[in-house]
Order: sequence, then C-alpha cells, then structure tokens
Amino acid sequence: MSTLEIRNLQVSVDTENGAVEILKGVDLTIKSGETHAIMGPNGSGKSTLAYSIAGHPKYTITGGSVTLDGADVLDMSVDERAKAGLFLAMQYPVEVPGVSVSNFLRTAATALRGEAPKLRTWVSEVKDAMDALSIDPSFAQRNVNEGFSGGEKKRHEIMQLELLKPKIAILDETDSGLDVDALRIVSEGVNRAKDANNLGVLLITHYTRILRYIKPDFVHVFANGKVVEEGGPELADKLEAQGYAEYVGN
Amino acid sequence: MSVLTSNILVPHGREEAWRFTPLNRLKGLHDGSAATATHRSLSLNSSPVSGVTFERVSRELLPSLGATDDAIMNRVRELSSDVAVLKVAANTEVSEPIHLTRKSFDLASAEYSRVLIHVGSNARATVIASNTGDTLLAEDIEFKVESGASLTFVTLQEWDSQTVHVAKHHAIVDKDAVFKSITVTIGGSVVRLLPTVEFTGSGADAQLLGVYFATSGQFFEHRIFVDHCVPQAKSRVNYKGALSGDKAHTVWIGDVFIRANAEGTDTYELNRNLLLTDGARADSVPNLEIETGEIVGAGHASTTGRFDDEQLFYLMSRGISIEDARRLVVRGFFSEIINEISDSEVQERLMNRIDSELIKVGA
Repeated sequence: MSTLEIRNLQVSVDTENGAVEILKGVDLTIKSGETHAIMGPNGSGKSTLAYSIAGHPKYTITGGSVTLDGADVLDMSVDERAKAGLFLAMQYPVEVPGVSVSNFLRTAATALRGEAPKLRTWVSEVKDAMDALSIDPSFAQRNVNEGFSGGEKKRHEIMQLELLKPKIAILDETDSGLDVDALRIVSEGVNRAKDANNLGVLLITHYTRILRYIKPDFVHVFANGKVVEEGGPELADKLEAQGYAEYVGN
Repeated sequence: MSVLTSNILVPHGREEAWRFTPLNRLKGLHDGSAATATHRSLSLNSSPVSGVTFERVSRELLPSLGATDDAIMNRVRELSSDVAVLKVAANTEVSEPIHLTRKSFDLASAEYSRVLIHVGSNARATVIASNTGDTLLAEDIEFKVESGASLTFVTLQEWDSQTVHVAKHHAIVDKDAVFKSITVTIGGSVVRLLPTVEFTGSGADAQLLGVYFATSGQFFEHRIFVDHCVPQAKSRVNYKGALSGDKAHTVWIGDVFIRANAEGTDTYELNRNLLLTDGARADSVPNLEIETGEIVGAGHASTTGRFDDEQLFYLMSRGISIEDARRLVVRGFFSEIINEISDSEVQERLMNRIDSELIKVGA
C-alpha cells in the first residue's frame, strides 16, 4: 500500500520575463489502487504538476511538499523518484537517437530491479507486453520514439508502465492524439497495470472520453494552478455537459 | 638522422591549413627536427586470400607522386624509401575484411610511411586498419579504386595517450567505383588526418564517415577535401564528434569543390559535435565552392550542442542513472556511424573504449 501526498505544492518556471508561478498550492492524495482524474482547461498547469512530481529540471519548486510513503520526493533525483515507484507517461515522449527500444527497456528494468533481468524470461516478458498492446515485434529494434507515430509513442509509454511496475503512475494526456481503437488498447493496458500491481493512477486529461475506459474513483477540476473542485465520477459528467467555463472565470 | 635535400616550407601556424594545429606538439614532424625511424610498423594481419597481395615496393618502382601542399606529406614522400602496397586484383571479391595493424614504437623517432591500397576494376574489399599503442607517425595513404570497384576503408585511431599521428588519406576514385571510409579517432595526443577524394570518372561515389571523441588535452583534426572534378559523381560526408574535459579540442574542416565541368554533382556534408562538459572546444568549418549550377544537389550542415536535457530526463524518469543516461545518449549518437563497420567485434571494442573514456572523465 503506497500513498503519494502532494501538499500546498507551488511551482514556478523561468521565462524571459522572470519567474512565473504556475502551481499555486496543489493538494492531492493518491493511494494504491485509486484512480484520480485531473481535468482542466489548457494552460491550467496540469502538465506542470506531472513534470514537477517527476522532477523535470525546468520547474522550480517554491513551496509545499510531495512525499511517497513519507519519503521526500522533492529531495530525490529524477532516477531516484522512478526507483521509489513513480512513473510518468509523457504527453510528448522524447526521441533518443541511436538507442534501441530493447536496449532502453532492459537498461531501465536493470536500474529499477537492481539487477539485469534474466535474458530468457525478459525476452518473453517484453514480447508479452508488446503483444498485449498490439505492438509489432520489429518495434524493439527501432530507436526510442524516433519516427514513432503519435499512437505508437503512447503505446510505448504504456508498455513501459506494464514492464516497469511502478507504485503510482501519472498519465499526462495519454489520450491525446489517439483514435478510438488506440485509445481502447492503451486504456486496457492501464487497467491491466492497475489490476496486476494495485497501481495508483493520476490521470491528467482535457476530455472525458478516456474516462469511459479508465474509471476514476475521484475527479479533480484543475484551473489556474490549483484544484478548484473535487468529487466522484459524476463530476466528469457535469464537465462533459458544461465545460470549464465556470472555473476559469469568463 | 634525416637529411633534408629539398626545401620544404615549414608551416608557422598562420597558414589556413595549419591555423588550428598545435605545431609545438608535433614533435618535429612539421619542421624536420624529428629523428627518422627505420622501423616499418604496418603489417598485414589476415590470412592469405587469393587475389590479395601485401608487399613493400621500392619507391623507384612506383610512379612518383608530385608535391602536395602539405609540408609533412612532402617530407613523407621524400623520406620513405619504400611503399607498403596492398593490392586487390581486378574482379576479386574479398568477403572477409582485410586487417592491417600498426603497433607502438618508441616516441624518440618518427616513422615516415607511404602506403598504397590499390583495388582493381570491379573488385570489392573492406580494409580495416587498426592503430594502437604510442608512436610518432607521419603517413601518406593513397587509395586507387579502379572503375567499377568498391573499397570500404575503416581506420581506427585507438592510440594510447602519447601518440602524434599525422596522415593524408587520398582516394582516387574512378568511373562507377565506390569508396567508403569510416574514420574513428578516439586515442592519441595529437591526431591530424587529411581525408581527400579525387574523382577520375563519372558515376563515382565517395562516402566519408567518421567519429571522434576527444578528452582533456587531446587534439583531433579532420580536414576533408572532396574534389568534384568530373561530372555525375556523388559524395556524402558525415562526421560526428564528442568532446569532454578541459582543453579537449577537435577541428573538422569539410571542403567540397564542385568544378565547372562537374555537372550532375550530388554532394552533402554534415558535422555534428556534442560538447559533454565545459572547457572543450569544437571547431567546425564546412566550405562549399561551386562553379556550376548544373548539379543534382549540394549542401552542408554543422551543429555543435550539449546533452539534450529532455533526453536525459526521459531516460532518468525510467530509473536510469545520470551516468548511464549519458552513456546511452553518447553511444546512440555514435552508433549511426559505428554500426556501419561490418565487424561486430570491432563495433563492440570501439563502444567499450568510448564507455571507458566517458568513465575516465566522469562525464
């Protein structure tokens, strides 16, 4: 049982015109097995929240705390956060030229498990994960995210989620750019990871359609750098009907 | 001792061709003050293959090469009494790479070495030249790739830290012939290589690929010249370099000349440098001189950058340590070129050397 606690998190980013505050005091608690949807308009700071938790160097934490089972996440390096059990599925996964998917996955698994996975079981593990997400086997020899279509990048992210078995996963607009079939395949992958590892999920999205496949226990409305309303799954239905207008003050 | 009989102009460092090179570290190769060694370090390290010969030929028996515009190469031509000749007979297909090796000799005297690699018409071969140890070497390698032939030349500068190595690699590529070189420079104190290409028939194709990795105090210079002096020839140049540590210095010059009669030329050259730490310097100068507009294409690009923070973040967000993330990125950066070497043992050896250089500098 793991708990990610975000308390009064304040984050700024450096711009040409000086530091700009993006997150203005975020409070969230995500426990193993729970799925939290964070919904909000573009520019509300949803992605900043995701990247700040993962430790992206672009963001400066100016206040508050993030802990995983009591351990100070903000004090950890990016790789230490992953080793502690956090995972970020990125909206725009990064191309790494010359590094094959298979080499990348094995290096990551070795780092997270503390030893190199046995080659025989590893090969079938990867094959199963790829099959489950309808990923062509030739994918393993391609360079990480290089020349991948939008859908391939997202499937690759969720394949990592299934292989690397984190405690808490943050999915940053995993649904963006996916057609209906790809959305279903990717969502099934997330649901498998939830069932297999009692995964806690922080699902960041702009639209409600992914919530038809991945059922949230809690919905948080995010606007102007903070959570402005919270509720159960029914809140998503209200957003579907009414949009974000009432939260952004126009 | 060397006795100079002709008047070779000694470079002073202000000349365009020498302006980057640290002359004071050349141990007298450039001004003739180095003692002349009598040893011959180049040897054939492959089992005999029919159609392939390797012998030393008195230079009187070979057509004499004219003067070059390079003082050290002129000295090589004057001081080397014989020429190592590797010959692949016409119409011979050599399936396995032919290995040439050079190993350490003392650093007190300079070896002046002439080499001719001659591939007859419609023959195909790969030559891998491995240079290891510490030495003081000036070499003048000429390739004659006859019509319809194909030569891949892999040259590996895996020197130890004291080596001073200056070389010209001049390829003469005839009609419909293909010359491909893969130049790897990851060892030595000062290495200055001059890969040049001269086309003598249309339909000729030259691909010059290279990687270099300089760490603290190392100076590696690659000065390329492709002379499009015939119509319908093609050239591609792609060199990738990484630098790490204080006073690591690399120079890449890519000169491509498309003469007035070279219609239908197709050329592109690219140099990318990765600065892994502060204090390193990468000079990159592509030059394209075009005397005819009747060409297929001509272009060049040069970039020098640092580690991409987004790549490192992505890898680290999967639990990979900063050191391993950098290692992956550097390996990935070089793999495009290293993977072109058709010998997986050599590939692995080079990648391991690059890894160990990275560990040494703690990048």
